[in-house]
Amino acid sequence: MSACCDSNVAAPAPPADRLPSSLAFRTVAIIGPPNSGKSTLFNQLTGLRQKVANFPGVTVEHHLGYIRNAAGEEVALIDLPGVYSLTPKSEDERVTVDVLNGRMDGTPKPDAIVLILDATNLNRHLVLAARVIAVGLPTLVLLNMADSLKAQGGGIDVLALARELGTPVALVSASKGEGLDVVQRFITTNGQPATTIIPVIKTVTADVVRCREWACTVAENSSYRKPIPSAWTRRIDSLVLDKKYGPIIFAVVVVAVFQCIFSFGQPLSDLFKTLLDAIGSQVGSLLPAGLFRSLLIEGAWSGVTSVLVFLPQILLLFLVIGILEDSGYLARAAVIADRTMKNVGLNGKSFIPLLSAYACAVPAIMATRTIEDKRDRIATILIAPFMTCSARLPVYTMIIAAFIPQHNLLGPFFGSRAAAMLGLYVIGFLAAVFTARILKSSVLKSKDSPFILELPPYRWPTFRSLGLRLVDRSKAFLVRAGTVILAVSLALWAFTHLPLHNGQPPQIQDSLVASVGHFIEPAIRPLGFDWKIGVGLVTSVAAREVIISTLGTLNGIDPASHALSLQQALHSELTLGGAAALLIFFAFAMQCTSTLAVVRRETNSWKWPAIQFTYMTVLAYVSALATNVVVTRFFG
Amino acid sequence: MSDDAVRLADLSEGEHAILTELDLPHQTAEHLMCLGFIPGVEITVGKSGPGGDPRVYNVDGSNVALRRDVSLNLSVLPKLWRTQS
Repeated sequence: MSACCDSNVAAPAPPADRLPSSLAFRTVAIIGPPNSGKSTLFNQLTGLRQKVANFPGVTVEHHLGYIRNAAGEEVALIDLPGVYSLTPKSEDERVTVDVLNGRMDGTPKPDAIVLILDATNLNRHLVLAARVIAVGLPTLVLLNMADSLKAQGGGIDVLALARELGTPVALVSASKGEGLDVVQRFITTNGQPATTIIPVIKTVTADVVRCREWACTVAENSSYRKPIPSAWTRRIDSLVLDKKYGPIIFAVVVVAVFQCIFSFGQPLSDLFKTLLDAIGSQVGSLLPAGLFRSLLIEGAWSGVTSVLVFLPQILLLFLVIGILEDSGYLARAAVIADRTMKNVGLNGKSFIPLLSAYACAVPAIMATRTIEDKRDRIATILIAPFMTCSARLPVYTMIIAAFIPQHNLLGPFFGSRAAAMLGLYVIGFLAAVFTARILKSSVLKSKDSPFILELPPYRWPTFRSLGLRLVDRSKAFLVRAGTVILAVSLALWAFTHLPLHNGQPPQIQDSLVASVGHFIEPAIRPLGFDWKIGVGLVTSVAAREVIISTLGTLNGIDPASHALSLQQALHSELTLGGAAALLIFFAFAMQCTSTLAVVRRETNSWKWPAIQFTYMTVLAYVSALATNVVVTRFFG
Repeated sequence: MSDDAVRLADLSEGEHAILTELDLPHQTAEHLMCLGFIPGVEITVGKSGPGGDPRVYNVDGSNVALRRDVSLNLSVLPKLWRTQS
C-alpha cells in the first residue's frame, strides 16, 4: 500500500491514447461472483431499476443500463448474472458465457468488461478473474467492499495486483459509491486494451486447482492481507441455525410475513380505496350523465381501481421479502427448509422461488434460474402458481368477507376470517406438495441434485435497493392495471351494453355477456356457480383479480364505492357450497396469462404451459365440484 | 495418508479438518472448488439445518451449506487427530 495511498486506482501502464470515437466502447459488461456487490454497482452507475440482493444468484436476468463517457456518448452497461466460473453449469453461467461471446440474441458483444470482486475474499474471487481476463477483452478489475477490507484490518497493494493481472485495478465501495469515477475513466479512455494476456493466466484457466494456486500466489505477491471476518454473521447464525431456535425463528418469520400483509396491508389498502373512490366520484360528478360517463366511470375506472386497491398490500409483501433477501436471511431459510423440500423431491433452493410465489408467480418463475438441475427447475416452475399469490388475495377477501361471519378464535389476533384465509394458503401449499411429489416420482424423476449453497454475510438492506425494487414492482403492477385489466374492463362494459335495441343498451339479462354466461352455465352449474360467476371465470383468465371488477359491473354496482353491496349481491347468488367451491377453484386454477407467458419463455416450449394449464384447470374443476357437493350436503 | 482420512460428513460441529479428496462428478467437484473446496484447504464444521442436514462449512472465510450426500464424498484429515499423532 505504498504508491497507491493517495489514489486507490492503479494501472499497470499509462492508459493508451484516446481512441477515435468509432473505436470507443459501446457496450460494457459487468461481471462478478454472487454477493460481490455487482447489482449495487450497476444501480450506482446507471440509477436504473434492478433488483439487488445478497442471496447467491438472485440476479437471474441480465439488465441493461446506460452511462455517458467523458465525450458525452452513451455506453451500454450489461449487468450479467453472478457466476463463480465461466464453465457453463447453470443457466446463469450459460447466459454470461453467451453474452461474452456475443452469442446472446439481441445483446451486442461487449467491447470491454468491468469485473467486480469482493476484496474481503480475494483468494477465491481471483479464480474468476483469471477466466474473465483470459477472454481477452479490455478489463477493469474493481475490488469492492474496500471499506470492510480496511475496517476489518485487511489490505492490498493495488499497483502490485494490477501488474500481476495485467489490467487496471481499483478499490471501490459500491454501496457507498466511493471510487466509482474510475469506471467513467475506464470507459472513456478505453482503459488498457488487454490484448496481451499475461501468459500464466492462459495456462491456469483450464484447471480450478491450478487457477486457485495462481490466485493465492497473486494475492501473496500483492501483499494481500485477508480481513478478520466480522463476528456478527457467526453470532447471528449460531442463533438462526440453532437446533432448537432455528426452526422456531423460521416459523415466526413466515407467520410474521403474512401477519404483516394482513394487519398492516389491509388498512393501507382500505385507505387507498377511499382515496380512489373519492377521485372516481369527483370526476364522475363533473361529467354529464350518459353512455360516456358510464364507460369511463363504471367501465374503466371501477374496473381498474377494484384491482388497484391491492397495490399497498402487494408492495408490502415485496418489501418484506426484499428485506429478508437483502439481509441474507433467505439463504438460511433455504438451509432450514431443505429437509422438508427434500421430502417432496426438491431442494432448499426451490424454497426461495416458492416463497416469492406468494407475492407473484412471475418473478418466482424467473428466480428458478438459479436451480441447476433442469428437472427440479421445471418441477418448481410447475408448482409455483399453486402458492397463494397476491392476485388471489382480493378474491379470497371478497368471498370470505361475504360468507364467513367474523368471530374471535384465539383472542382478537386470530379470527375466523383469518383462519379461513390461512386455510386457503395451506390448501394451495398442499396442492403444490402433492403435485411436486407426483412430478418428481414420474416424468421429472431425477437423482437428488447436489445441494450446495453459499451463505452470504448478513448485511443491512439499503433503502436505495429496497426503494428501487418497490418502484419496479409498482410500475409492473400499474402497467398491468393500465393494459390488461383496463382492456378487460372496457370489453366487458361493451359486452354488457350490446346489442343495442333502438339505440338503447339492453337489460343485463339480454346483453351479449349474458349469452356468453348462459352458454357456459351448464358446465359450471354443478359447481354451484351461476352465469355471472361464469362470466367472471372467463374474464379472470386474463388475471385472477379481474373477477371482482367483472362481478361488480355485472351486478350493476360500482365495486369501488359499494363493496358491501357487492358482497350482499354475492350472498344472494351463491350458496355456501358455491362460495366454498369458488374459493377452491381459485386456489387451484391457472388464471393468469402473465404466468403462462413467463412459463413459456422460461421453459422455451408450449408443452409445459399447456400441461400446467390443463392440469390446474382440471384439478380446480374436480375439487370445486367435490367441495360444492360436500359443503351443500353437510352445511347446505 | 488416505487411511487416516475420514468423511467430512462424519465430523461434528466445531471440528477442523484438511480437505484431501473430492470424490464427486466433475461438475459438482468443480463447483465446490470454485467455492474454495480445494484439496489442502482447512474446513471448519459449522451449524446445520434441522436434523443435522444440510450442514454449513466454513472454508477460507466463506460459509457454504452442503447436504450430507455431498459431504459424504469429501475426504478430510481431522486436524486434532493429526496433531495428536
